[in-house]
Amino acid sequence: MTALLEARHVTKIFGGGFFTKSYTTALENFSMTIENDPPSVTAVVGESGSGKTTLARLLLGLVEPTRGQVLYKGEDLRKIGGRERRVFRRDVQVIFQDPFEVYNPFYKVDHVLTTPIEKFGLAKSRQERDSLVVQVLEAVGLRPEETLGRHPHQLSGGQRQRIMVARALLLRPRVILADEPVSMIDASLRATILGSLLKLNQEFGISILYITHDLTTAYQVSENIVVLYRGNVCETGDVELVVKKPLHPYTRLLVGSVPLPDVNRRWAAEAPASSIGQKADPNKGCRFANRCPNAMEKCIRETPPLYRVDEKRAASCYLYDDKPQLRSEDMMEVFIKGTPRLKTVVGVQ
Amino acid sequence: MKPDVLDVKDLKVYYHTPRGAVKAVDGVSFQLFAEERLGLVGESGSGKTTSAMALLRMIKAPGKIEGGEIWLEGADQVLARHGGKNGNGQYAKGGKVNLQTLTDEQMVSLRLSAIALIAQGSMNSLNPVMRIRDQIADGYQDHGYKLTKQELKERTADLLNRVGLRPSVADMYPHELSGGMKLRVCIAIAISLSPKVILADEPTSALDVVVQRQVMETLRRVQEELGASVLLVGHDMGLMAQAVDRLGVMYAGKMAEVSPVHDIFTKPLHPYAQLLIASLPSLDVKGEFKGIPGLPPSLLEDIPGCPFAPRCPYKMERCEVEKPILKEVAPNRHVACFLVEGAK
Repeated sequence: MTALLEARHVTKIFGGGFFTKSYTTALENFSMTIENDPPSVTAVVGESGSGKTTLARLLLGLVEPTRGQVLYKGEDLRKIGGRERRVFRRDVQVIFQDPFEVYNPFYKVDHVLTTPIEKFGLAKSRQERDSLVVQVLEAVGLRPEETLGRHPHQLSGGQRQRIMVARALLLRPRVILADEPVSMIDASLRATILGSLLKLNQEFGISILYITHDLTTAYQVSENIVVLYRGNVCETGDVELVVKKPLHPYTRLLVGSVPLPDVNRRWAAEAPASSIGQKADPNKGCRFANRCPNAMEKCIRETPPLYRVDEKRAASCYLYDDKPQLRSEDMMEVFIKGTPRLKTVVGVQ
Repeated sequence: MKPDVLDVKDLKVYYHTPRGAVKAVDGVSFQLFAEERLGLVGESGSGKTTSAMALLRMIKAPGKIEGGEIWLEGADQVLARHGGKNGNGQYAKGGKVNLQTLTDEQMVSLRLSAIALIAQGSMNSLNPVMRIRDQIADGYQDHGYKLTKQELKERTADLLNRVGLRPSVADMYPHELSGGMKLRVCIAIAISLSPKVILADEPTSALDVVVQRQVMETLRRVQEELGASVLLVGHDMGLMAQAVDRLGVMYAGKMAEVSPVHDIFTKPLHPYAQLLIASLPSLDVKGEFKGIPGLPPSLLEDIPGCPFAPRCPYKMERCEVEKPILKEVAPNRHVACFLVEGAK
């Protein structure tokens, strides 16, 4: 079966041109498929420099992979054009981090909603167009009469971001890539935006790839999680396992560092530093070795493969080399699949 | 209880725009006690950063401090050292000085030496073409310290050591350092003249959580060594829960609640604080967080009652016509809400 959207052994290297020797591997040998039957919510979590935004840009076809392929319905994104590309552009939507920069300040916010309707010929008449706009705004919990006809600066960040969610919904996509959609939104509105994203997933059957640095919201919305570190997958699988009982030393450090809004659970004592010290080649071996308390000689020489540590989770760490190896393209085998969860989070206004 | 080192009374800061005055900070009062860490949280536009900047009198036009008093402990000694008008009783209130009555020159001499700032995104405020050593030396020179080369070298090494950096960092340029290291340099500069009050405005918001934790631990350590007090401004309730002793929650330019951090997280009294805490996602249970319906009010309009009333689930008639005043409703707990006031 061909997947809807697939990254196959994708590596993206920046730099390393003719004149400079230094290069950065933003993403290395990464494979993942996104289906929308059943619709899923997958979180990709990592700190800055982990390659999470590069992944989004690769999946959107905004940058080309150095090695490997990004496939849409089995076709290489670089090769599809014309009609098929339009279908891709409709099927795969994106919500960016900054709800302030995506708007043209000279146009009213209606513009971002009516443009796709015109470009994709979604409405035959003016009335049909207007009712479509009203429909999607209401779906994300906005009151059309308070939103339409205004300029971007007259709306709050939360409202603007929800209009972006509405715009994505307008095209009835099969996948939405949400790259840090709530990191610039105040806490009291975050839940509302994530609620509207989940609603799209549940009511309209849209798969969501939620890309973020925030482990707590990732845990709240997703079924499966991929933890990236410097372009490599550290740990992946069922979000309950990865977050509640992390196994990879980096995931452990990450989970232990999240400032929990709970005064009875203080930050754990600081982890001891690595004994290996600085690595020679930043593009070789386990990327986390120089910060890892469990680092061994082997970690510096060779990049660890994924080991299937549980039925529903894999970790790329030599601490678990007694477990069966998992090829990177089979990573999704540990994902939990399509258990439709109806949740009570949705605090839509 | 420890004495207060900073006493802010009825602070008002307005931004004058063509459409009228935006009341960014409208009658905020709080105290910062000796050696404590006080957090100040709020959504964007709640006035938390404006309040912090007003304490340094660093509000730029069209903003203006419209009223209030800012009493700072230890400022008279710094002023005396600088030979300017000293604490001759004109400003004194139990050894404190009201910053509002000082000249701009006096204020300049107080910044860094009595009250230091670690600004938002401060790691990007380092001069890219100056070595770290020279940027640390700047503060000493500006405040009239005559140090020999050797003294300066020793002090720099000591400062860097205190914030967990190697002495060799002194000879580096900012681009050679990671974000966390640059922030440590900023902390080193902030503590270089041993101020009694450190303002930290979202110091770690650009850092990854792992580095954030390490830097916050460093800040806590140097603050304790120095016996200073920290006012931590931010929006991250999780960070506040981990890093401060008391917490002030701001809403629409007003202080909603100031309570010890343990009390406010386990039993918030102001409805806004309650809903804010309920909106926070946890790592334990799925699906427990919910947003607060509605939006904060426009600060251009004169709000006759409680600014949170339109979003408040417990709104009474009185809330729309009368402004609740911040009162001590239980030991050490200050809340501006008629509900709690009535219960007492």
